[in-house]
Formats: sequence, structure tokens, C-alpha cells
Amino acid sequence: MHTLETIIADHPMFAGLEASFIDLAVGCASNVRIEPNAYITREGEESNQMFLIREGRVALEIHAPARKPLVIETLGPGDIIGWSWLVPPHFWRFNARAINSTRVIALDAKCLRTKCEANHELGYEILKRFAPIIERRLEATRLQLLDVYAAH
Amino acid sequence: MQHTESNPMQPEPWRVSELARETADTFTLSLQPLGRKTHREFQPGQFSMLWMFGVGELPISISGDPAAEGKLTYTVRSVGEATKALVSVAPGQQIGVRGPFGKGWPVESARGQDVLVIAGGIGLAPLRPVIYHVLRHREEYGRLVLLYGARNPRDLLYRKELAAWGKQKDCQVLSTVDYAGMNWRGHVGVVTRLLRYARLQPLQTVAMMCGPEIMMRVVGRELINRGLPAESIHLSMERNMKCAVGFCGHCQWGPHFICKDGPVFSYQDIAPLLDKYEL
Amino acid sequence: MDPLVNETPRVMAAGELDKLIQLLAGRGYEVIGPVVRDGAIVYEPVNKLSDLPVGWTDEQEAGHYRLKRRPDQSVFAFNVGPQSWKKFLHPPEVRLFSAERRNGSVKISPGEDSAPSYAFLGVRGCELAAIGIQDRALTRDRFADPVYARRRAGVFIVAVQCTQAAATCFCHSAAPWAQVIAYDLSLTELLDQQPHRFVVQVGSERGREMLSELQHEAAPEEDCKLAQAAVKAAGAQQTRHLETQGLRELLLQNFDHPNWDAVAQRCLTCANCTMVCPTCFCTTVEDTSDLTGDHAERWRRWDSCFTLNFSYIHGGSVRTSPKARYRQWLTHKFSSWIDQFGAPGCVGCGRCITWCPARIDLTRELNAIREPITTTAELKNSREREEAAERAK
Repeated sequence: MHTLETIIADHPMFAGLEASFIDLAVGCASNVRIEPNAYITREGEESNQMFLIREGRVALEIHAPARKPLVIETLGPGDIIGWSWLVPPHFWRFNARAINSTRVIALDAKCLRTKCEANHELGYEILKRFAPIIERRLEATRLQLLDVYAAH
Repeated sequence: MQHTESNPMQPEPWRVSELARETADTFTLSLQPLGRKTHREFQPGQFSMLWMFGVGELPISISGDPAAEGKLTYTVRSVGEATKALVSVAPGQQIGVRGPFGKGWPVESARGQDVLVIAGGIGLAPLRPVIYHVLRHREEYGRLVLLYGARNPRDLLYRKELAAWGKQKDCQVLSTVDYAGMNWRGHVGVVTRLLRYARLQPLQTVAMMCGPEIMMRVVGRELINRGLPAESIHLSMERNMKCAVGFCGHCQWGPHFICKDGPVFSYQDIAPLLDKYEL
Repeated sequence: MDPLVNETPRVMAAGELDKLIQLLAGRGYEVIGPVVRDGAIVYEPVNKLSDLPVGWTDEQEAGHYRLKRRPDQSVFAFNVGPQSWKKFLHPPEVRLFSAERRNGSVKISPGEDSAPSYAFLGVRGCELAAIGIQDRALTRDRFADPVYARRRAGVFIVAVQCTQAAATCFCHSAAPWAQVIAYDLSLTELLDQQPHRFVVQVGSERGREMLSELQHEAAPEEDCKLAQAAVKAAGAQQTRHLETQGLRELLLQNFDHPNWDAVAQRCLTCANCTMVCPTCFCTTVEDTSDLTGDHAERWRRWDSCFTLNFSYIHGGSVRTSPKARYRQWLTHKFSSWIDQFGAPGCVGCGRCITWCPARIDLTRELNAIREPITTTAELKNSREREEAAERAK
């Protein structure tokens, strides 16, 4: 049975960080259960929580006027939703909707950010761990952009 | 071989027996030989040259069941004049057939292992014979996993079969699309993102992939990252083809003729070629 | 073809060549030989000795070909022209099959059942090697091309030893891998104070039998020595040299060498080199039908990897840049060919150098790949200096 602590400590985002910091993170973390079709984030709202998916799948949607909303990516267990909770400006760029019954760990991002600002070494360690996650998602997104299945 | 013995460039007339629409631009057609119904063998992964009277000839992968007697099935995407003509044929019409040609998927040497099939777009067509074969000889193989990517949900091929395959014992079928509407309950994203859902035993897995070259390049790297040996990864390549018998020279890719050294290659043999621009 | 028969050389008067042509024609062969036409020496049907380029020679350099008159009555004192024997063995245009459609039923008939019976008169050493290379590629690989096989079977070959070399010849560089195929007769022309004659080597039973109908005698030792010396002198005349050591790996490892960019700036992708090359075999197919729509044909034509369409898939070509196409040709000829057929595909005939309108010399291009990589600008500068120096000569 995985506790919040083991899930956070094992995740690549936090792996190898000081025990005291892991404790802090666990301290501001909570388990959240999301109903199918409920929204976890809304475009434009302040992003003050980091969401780490434990179970279930989440669709990232973008809305544009006169167009049906498009799902541009789905995330699953182990994925962190977005990065605007860490990288300013701190507001969500998309809607994240639970596709099925979903469980996430929510961490107080404001608290995390304050700690990173106060302790730059910690801040660097966090960003160092997060950059590869962003990089892999960017590479995947670029592939989607290429529209490889299109008839040319 | 379905061409005249003495002349590999002369087709044999076959009859269109069925034509079915799969998606907006993709159709599956079946051909039967004229005269006696004889079993025409092909290896999964092989292709035929289909000749349309006065129009031209196309290399098309065989997408049907290798065990089906007396017919050959192809899934064709209409992208240009020639493919458009091919999907516009009517049942009863005659088409010239040459082949089957090429080196197919390693279904024999994959026995006893898990089979990981990764398909992108129309690339599922040359892989479907592998799935039929594995399901027909279920005891000889381990787990069967199909990871399938398409542009959007309407472009997914063989939807009924996808659902049916997913229900088979020890079979996992996961589809993903590049973008979708809100009704889509499946995955959205590139096919590499599905790999973590496939319960893989890297050293017991034979991977076979077919799709856009960029997709295969990226998936190949990702499979290596996850510990699959290069010799266990296979892919099907495509190039311009005029003769399919190694004479016209068009299908060369580095030192290989795709028509006779391929179209299926082991990743170990050709990985460096995938990175070469304008090879 | 019968294996090489170990015979002592014979000698015959030059005039006997006329009889030989008639003999071959009388036996049903279509005799093809060199003729002067449109300012070049090309291969066409010949009926008599005077049809051949008597008293003509050629002057060749990169992008340069001129015929010049000789002060004598030599018959073969020239090297190779823009055509090769592939014109007949692997023809530029061939109908693969024709088809009739009646009431929805399609009937397909073969394009040709028979081919002329050829006698080739004047096949050079490089050309024998080239025929051998095409034999390997077109009849001894996974499939055999019936069009080539039909024409090739039974070709009567009268080879000719070169007694001079053109400035673009470099067959001695290709010698390490050249496999000379069997021939029926081989002639070495001797033109000196003594009567105009040929030293004849019999290569097959069929050749010996043909020769027996001509007037000849055992070649005196002096003539044999003269013949050997003439051939050796021709070899020594070659000025171009291709370094062939490790060529396969060199090309594999230098996919991005700046010299490819440098040569691409000059290459017009005109495809001349592939047309004149005796070993290039790429083709394309063309489907035609008549106005009624009931009769269709499929034709095979020469093609070239230099064309933009050659590598077309899905709305675009794989090799769009001239750089990629030039690199493909050269890498295929000297590297991939080895993987495919066991040896490089070049025989050192020099046609591609002579007939390139941009004067590109592949011996120089290949030798340049060996140079340590410099920047494209440096390469361009050094090339320009070299060319200016040559023009000043």
C-alpha cells in the first residue's frame, strides 16, 4: 500500500532531495479523488497546486471560439499536470478534465515556490528535475505537430 | 509467385471480390484469382504490385489473414491519382497482380516471446497479418500488445477488430490519436506515450513496427531506452518502387533494396540509416 | 559461352575484318559496331569494314569530346564514345507487356518473345567488364531480367584491345575488381611499316570456328610482342588515377563531407553520366492506353537517380537536393554496389567525365573525400585555385 510519502519520495520530481524537504512536501500534500468529467484545472485560473496523477486518465483541452474543444493530450499515472504552478506566470493554460475516476496528489505550489525562492539550491534541484519532464513532453508534442499521418 | 514464371514483370489478372470503406480516405479490397481457387501463400509483411489497366501499378502491403484461402486483401489509402483509381474499382473488375514480394515479419523466430506491435496510421495494415497469425497460433506466443496511433478517432482502422482483439486472452490493445473531440475516451498523444502502459519484459519481447518514418525513428529509440535489444526490433520501410524485383533501382536505401532486402528490416541492421537526411 | 580456349595467337590482314562482318551477318547475327555519326563514335549496325571509323580518333577530356582525323587507315584507334553496349542488352525502351480489356476481362500478353541475335564488334576491355557487371546485377541476383537475358544469350563478342588511352580513361584503377567476361574473338590492331593487320586471340569454340573461315596464320613472335607492348603502352598512357583503397568505408563514413556540397554547386543533375555509364541500369515504367481505353501497354524506360522524381513518395521526394542525388549516384557506384553485387560498379571507362557538361571528374571528387574535412568555403577556394591553374596551362 503506497503512502503519500513513498509516492512522493519515489517520483522522479523529488528523488534524491533532502529528507527534510520531502517531509515538507508531504506536509502540504493531500490525496484528492476526482469524478469522471470533472475539471481539475480551468484555463486562466491561478495555478497554485501541483497535481501528480496516481490513477486514472486526464484530458488536456483547449477551447477556441466557434470550434469544439479539442483534446490535445491525455495524461496518466505518474504524470504531472502542466508546469505553470512552478514557472510564471502562474495561471493554467488549459482545462484538465478527468476522463474516468481519477486520483491525484495535490501539493501546495505556493508553499513550494516560497521555499524555492528562499533556498535557491533547493530551487535549482527542483527545476533540474522538472526540466527533463518538460523536454520529453515537448518532444512528444512536436511529433504531434508534424501531423505525420496526414496525406501530403 | 503470382506472376508468370518466366517474367517477373508480367502481372496475372485477378478479380475484385470485395471493396469496403474503412475511413474517409481508406478502403480495404479483396481479390480472388480467376479460375481455380488455389491457396496463395504469403508471409505477413509481404506486398503485391497491383496493376490497374492503363493507369499504373502500386506496391501495396497485404493486410489480410495469411491462412485465408483463395484471396488476397489490401488496405489502401487514397492519396494520389493511382491510389484513387485503385479504391474506385468495382467488385467484378479485374486487376493485375504480381508478387508477393519482399522479406516479411519474423513471426517464426518470435515464437515463445511476447509480441509488441506498434502501428501508426495506415501502418497497421501490413501488421494485421501478424496479429491474425499470432491469434491463430496463440499457444506459440506470449503476450500480444498492440499500440496504435492515428491522427484522430475517425482515422482508426479496423475498429471492430481492435475491440475484439483487446478482449482476447493475454492481449492488450491501446489506441491513441494526435487530437480528439471531447467524446473520445481514449488516449491523446504520440504512440510512444503508450509504451508505459504496455507491461513489457524487454528481453522477452519481439517488437514490430510500421508507420511514418519519423514515428519509427522515435519509437525505435524509445524501445532501446526501455531495454529491448536492437535485434528484437523490426520495422517496415517504404520507398519509391517501380519493379519490386531489384532491377529498377528506385527503392534503394543505402545499400538495401527495400523490395528484396526488405521491406521488413531489423533495427540492428539499419538504425544508423534512419538518421541520415535525404538518404 | 565456351570457356577461354588456350590457343596461340593468330594474325590476319585488316581486310579480313570485312569478311568477318559478312560472315557474321550470313550466320544471322545483327552486327553492331562503331560508326561515326553526329560528331561522335557510336554503336550501330554495320555491313562492311568501311562503315567503321576508319582513320578516326577521339580527343577526350572532362566535358570535352572531339573526333579528329588520323593520317592512317586505323580501324579502332579511338576509345569509348557516349554509347555503350547496354544500348542493346538493356535497351532504352522496351515494351514489358500489352493488355486487352473486353467485357471486363483482361488478357495480358508478353511484350516480346524474341530478340535479335547480336554480334558486337569492337568491345573494349572496360566494356567487357561492364557487361559482366550488368550480367551480375540483372541475371544473377534474386531475380533474372528476361529482357536482358534474352538479348545477352548468344551474343557474339569480338573484343578489341585498346592500343591507346583517352585522357579520361582510368580502367587501370578499376582493374583490381574487373572481371573480364568470356569473348569469342579478341583483336589487337597493328599498324606499322608492315601491312595493316590484327593479332587475333580465339576465346571460344564458336570464335575458332568463325576464324577458320577467314585467312589467317600463326602470329609471329614479333607481332605478339608488338601487340602486348601496344596494350601495355595504352595502360601507361592513363593519367587519371582513382585511389580505391577502403573506398566502401570511406563513402559510408563521409555522408556529410563538405565536398558533397562543393560538387553540388556545379552538378546540373542533367543525368548525362548515368546515360553514358555502361553499368547504370535503373529504369522506370510507363503505362499507356489507346483512345478506346481497351488496349493498354506497359513500357520500361531508362531512368536516372538524378531525376527529382526518382525517389518520390507521399507527395515529395526523399532526395530533393542535387547534393543528395549526386552523393547517391557516387555512393551507389563505389560503395553500395559492393554490398549488393560483390564489387564496385565502375569500370574506369571515363565516359561520365567526358560527357559531364560541368566537367565534374569523379576521380577527383572521390579523392577529395579522402581529404580531412575542411569547411565548405575552404574547399571551394582550393578548388577554384586548382581550376584557374589548369586553365592557365
